[in-house]
This record gives sequence, C-alpha cells and structure tokens, in this order.
Amino acid sequence: MSTKLRIMVPVKRVVDAAIRPRVNKAQTGIETQGVKYSINPFCDIAVEEALRLREGNKDLVESIHAVSVGGKKSQEVLRTALAKGVDTSTLVDVGEKEVETLSVAKVLAKLVEQQKSNFVLLGKQAIDSDANHTGQMLAGLLGWPQATNAAKIEISGDEVTVTREIDGGEEVVKAKLPMIVTTDLRLNEPRYASLPNIMKAKKKPLDTVTADSLGVDITPRVEILKVAEPPARGAGVTVETTDDFIAKIKEKGAL
Amino acid sequence: MLRNFGTFGKQISRARLLSTLTLIEHGNGAALPGSLSALAAAKQLGGPVTALIAGSEGSQVAQQIAKVDGVEKVLVAGNEVYNHSMPETTSALLVDVVKAGNFTHVVAPSSAFGRAVVPRAAALLDVQPVTDVIKIEGEDTFVRPIFAGNALSTVKSTDAIKVLTVRGTAFDAATEGSGSAAVEDAVDPKPAPQSEWVSEQIVKSERPDLGTADRVVSGGRGLKSKEQFEAVMYPFADAVGAAVGASRAAVDSGFADNSLQVGQTGKVVAPELYVAVGISGAIQHLAGMKDSKVIAAINKDADAPIFHVADVGLVADLFEAVPELTNKLK
Repeated sequence: MSTKLRIMVPVKRVVDAAIRPRVNKAQTGIETQGVKYSINPFCDIAVEEALRLREGNKDLVESIHAVSVGGKKSQEVLRTALAKGVDTSTLVDVGEKEVETLSVAKVLAKLVEQQKSNFVLLGKQAIDSDANHTGQMLAGLLGWPQATNAAKIEISGDEVTVTREIDGGEEVVKAKLPMIVTTDLRLNEPRYASLPNIMKAKKKPLDTVTADSLGVDITPRVEILKVAEPPARGAGVTVETTDDFIAKIKEKGAL
Repeated sequence: MLRNFGTFGKQISRARLLSTLTLIEHGNGAALPGSLSALAAAKQLGGPVTALIAGSEGSQVAQQIAKVDGVEKVLVAGNEVYNHSMPETTSALLVDVVKAGNFTHVVAPSSAFGRAVVPRAAALLDVQPVTDVIKIEGEDTFVRPIFAGNALSTVKSTDAIKVLTVRGTAFDAATEGSGSAAVEDAVDPKPAPQSEWVSEQIVKSERPDLGTADRVVSGGRGLKSKEQFEAVMYPFADAVGAAVGASRAAVDSGFADNSLQVGQTGKVVAPELYVAVGISGAIQHLAGMKDSKVIAAINKDADAPIFHVADVGLVADLFEAVPELTNKLK
C-alpha cells in the first residue's frame, strides 16, 4: 500500500545570497532599503525536490502546497514557487517583523493539519537568521520522524530513505510517512521559471491568512538587544614571492 | 570581554539556582571536541554543570567526561535506542532529563548532531533556542552571528529554560583534569524508535580533523579538477601539517568531498593559519573562516575579495606557487 504524497514546502523571502548585508545605523538589524530579496536558496532546493518527486513518479504525488510566513512581499516567493510548478499556496501574513522559528513551526503545524500534508520539505536553514531550526521543531511538534541536511531522497511505498550530510561524511536513514525532511545544497540544482509559467502562476491559488486566525501566538521569546558589524580585520600585505609569503606568515607566528 | 565582566559577575552571584545540562556528542567511545567546547561554555554560565551522555557507549564516555574540570555530575542513558544519535529518541530523552533535573540551561555543540536534536527538543519544551552562540554575556544574554557572519546579534532569551547550541571554535575546549564527577543513570523515557539508521560513509583521512585543526589549507575552483586538487593540495597540506578544506565551488565541481566544505553551510573553522588557494572569497565562504587567526591567500586575480580579509596575500598562479611552497616547507 503506498501512500500518496501531499507535500508542503515552506519558503522564505530573504536578502539575496549574493548581497553583502550591512548593519543599519540604529544597530537594530540590517539595512533593508533598496536591497534585493529572493527565495531562500535552501527553500528553492526544497521546491525543486518536490517537483522532481512528482516528475519522477507520476503516481507518487497528489499535491504540492507552498507556504510562506512573512510580510505581504512574501507573496513574491510564493509566486516563484507556483511558477516553478507548485499547485497551491498560502501566505501567513505576520507583518514585516522577523518571526521566530518556534512560531513559524507552530504556524506550519496548523497548516499541515489543515492541508492534510504527510510530507514536509524545508530548507535546512534560512541564510538570514542562520538558525537551522524550523524543520526539526515542526517534526517535534507533530511527533513525526525527521531527516535533516538531505543530499538524496528516495521514496518507496510509504518508506522514505534519506542520505544525510553529517560531519565527516554522510549517513543513510529511513522512516515511514508522515515525515519531515530538510534540504542541503547538494540535493539538486533548482530550475528557473519560464516566462509563460510565471504568467500562469498569477492565476494559481494564493490564500492569505493570519497567525491569529490559526490561533498561534507569535510573540518573540528572544529579544534582539543589538546587531553590530563583526570586528574588522586589519589591512593585510601582498607579497611577490613564495619566500616572502612564508616569511610573512612566520612573522605572524602561524608557521 | 573585560567590559562585560562586571555585570557578568553580578549575574552569576544572583543566579544561585542556575543549573546547566550539557549534551555530549561522542563517537568511537570518546567525546568529540565540540562537546568539550560546549562544556567550557556551560561553565561560563556559572551554575553547576551536568553532562548527559546517550547511547550504549555512554558509560565508557562517562569515564572521560567525569574527569573534565568543572563537571559536577554525569548522567548516562545507556539505552541503544540512542545509538547513532537518532534525533527523535535523543530529543525525547533530552526533554525528560531537563524536566526531571529542573535545568535552567541546556548547552549542546553546534554540530550536525546538535542542530538535529536540540531544536526538536526545544520545540517540545516550548522554548525558542539560540543557535551557534559565540559569546556568553550573561545567563540570558548571548551573541550569535547572523547573515553568514556579516552581523553579530546580541540576544536576550526570556524563556524559562535557555536552550543553546554553541560554536566550537568560539570556546576553548574544557580540559580533562582532576575532576571526579558522580556518574549516575539518567531518567530514560525509553522512546520507541521512529526512524532507522541504515549506514554511514565517513571520509577517512590521516590529516588533522578539519573542524579542530590548528592549520587549514583550502582549495577552490582555481584548482580546476579533482586530480589537480589532490595533486596540489594534499602534499601542500602535509607540508604545512594542515587539514584540507574546500570552497563550495570546489565541492560542487566534484574536486573534493562535501564534508570538506568550509562556509556558511559547511564547516566553520577558526585555525591559527588558514591558507586559501584559488578561492575568490564569496560571502558564504568567508562566513566559515574569517575568524581564523592568520589568513593567507594565493590567487592570480589581484582583485579577488579574499585579499580584503587576507593578512598575507600572494598574487600568483597557484599551480606554480603552491608546489614551490610545498617544497620549501617540507
């Protein structure tokens, strides 16, 4: 008996990976004015993997639903996911403030229930907060098995086999659906959305709900006291020869 | 550091009831270095430190941890359901031990293990965890990097239990000394396994461990192929006495194994010496190495961003310069 997958893919809108963020003058966060935002790269990989699971076995996947927890502009990343091939989507509008991972996990747990999802694919971390929490917390709240940092996912019947990136190499684990998997960079190479698909995505479902309507309290537990630039490194020297290179490193006591 | 010392001291004396549980990661019957750093961080919090060791090798590891200075008690859950650090069972254990011992703080290494287990346990405790802490400013105030290390965020946890994972390179490992902590059995919820460990493939190497090495030499896209990466970087690493690392570009191109990746999504290292070879210095790579004591770079592009963080730079063709350096350092 194989279970059809109802996949949920949470996606986050973050400052584009190629941009070097700068701390704002008030030291409360990073400068957001005029900064380019994109879908979090790990979320992009999660979307891609959901699509590949469907393409690889047409009887495997019943539906793919994308979710974003964020401000109104997070609609952009949902449209990106829809343009790539996701079926339906939900924006959980929580305003412009960053919402903590525990709150996001609680919101997702409610939506998993509503959507009757049985497989949640998330990025392993968001490149802005670098927390690496949400998938594990969601798995904990739902009481489902988890496999983080996935480099390979195989599904057979209701059994999911995941090759995980671990310190020092990789390991293979398996569990039964329902399950949570978070993606590592090596899992796949995300596709680009074509223009016709971007146009079509504008007509795909994008529901908006609030955290309140889901009954989730998103009050922060951790207060951000200050955000500062990391200490700058002193100016370095450039040398011409390998002898000078070795001499300079020795001078600094590192060789 | 000194500036905060006054308030830190006061917080410690106020916090009589503070008690910290440290989750120990181990392999082959010994604690991993990241766990010793986690114990050091736990000691900085000021209260008594208890260590938790899970798995059938637990009592063997407990002998080692009981000798670590500053550890008051070692709890062992020798149940084999915790072998291979399966996150579902290990987090269930962690939750029960925290509740049974009324711990106010939980500290774990920020390794793949800590990151898999701790957030799950935190959610079950209804706590917002703080990941990858690099500095402890007080019992509830911590510093952690965000945005690939481009900003440092000072945060204050208002949760009743503070759950932290700590960056190993930011805390000097606690040392094995004259300690003689009591070793006891932990509360064991005997959770049913939810996932099954199938196999693992660990990259074997004679060289020092990347995460804790004093010296690291890393190769990037500039090495051009797996053959050239191995022919140039391995002898160089041996001449320097270094571990080998790689940029994401080098890993993606198949030059080196993924476990060697240094960066925001790979390993974070902070050795005495980091030599970047043929690495441009993308934000994501810098996130993994910019706290190294001395950074040296070899790149033929004089405008490569890596030279902005390098203490010593050599603008040269790596295929000539690195073998030359290897010979001179032998």
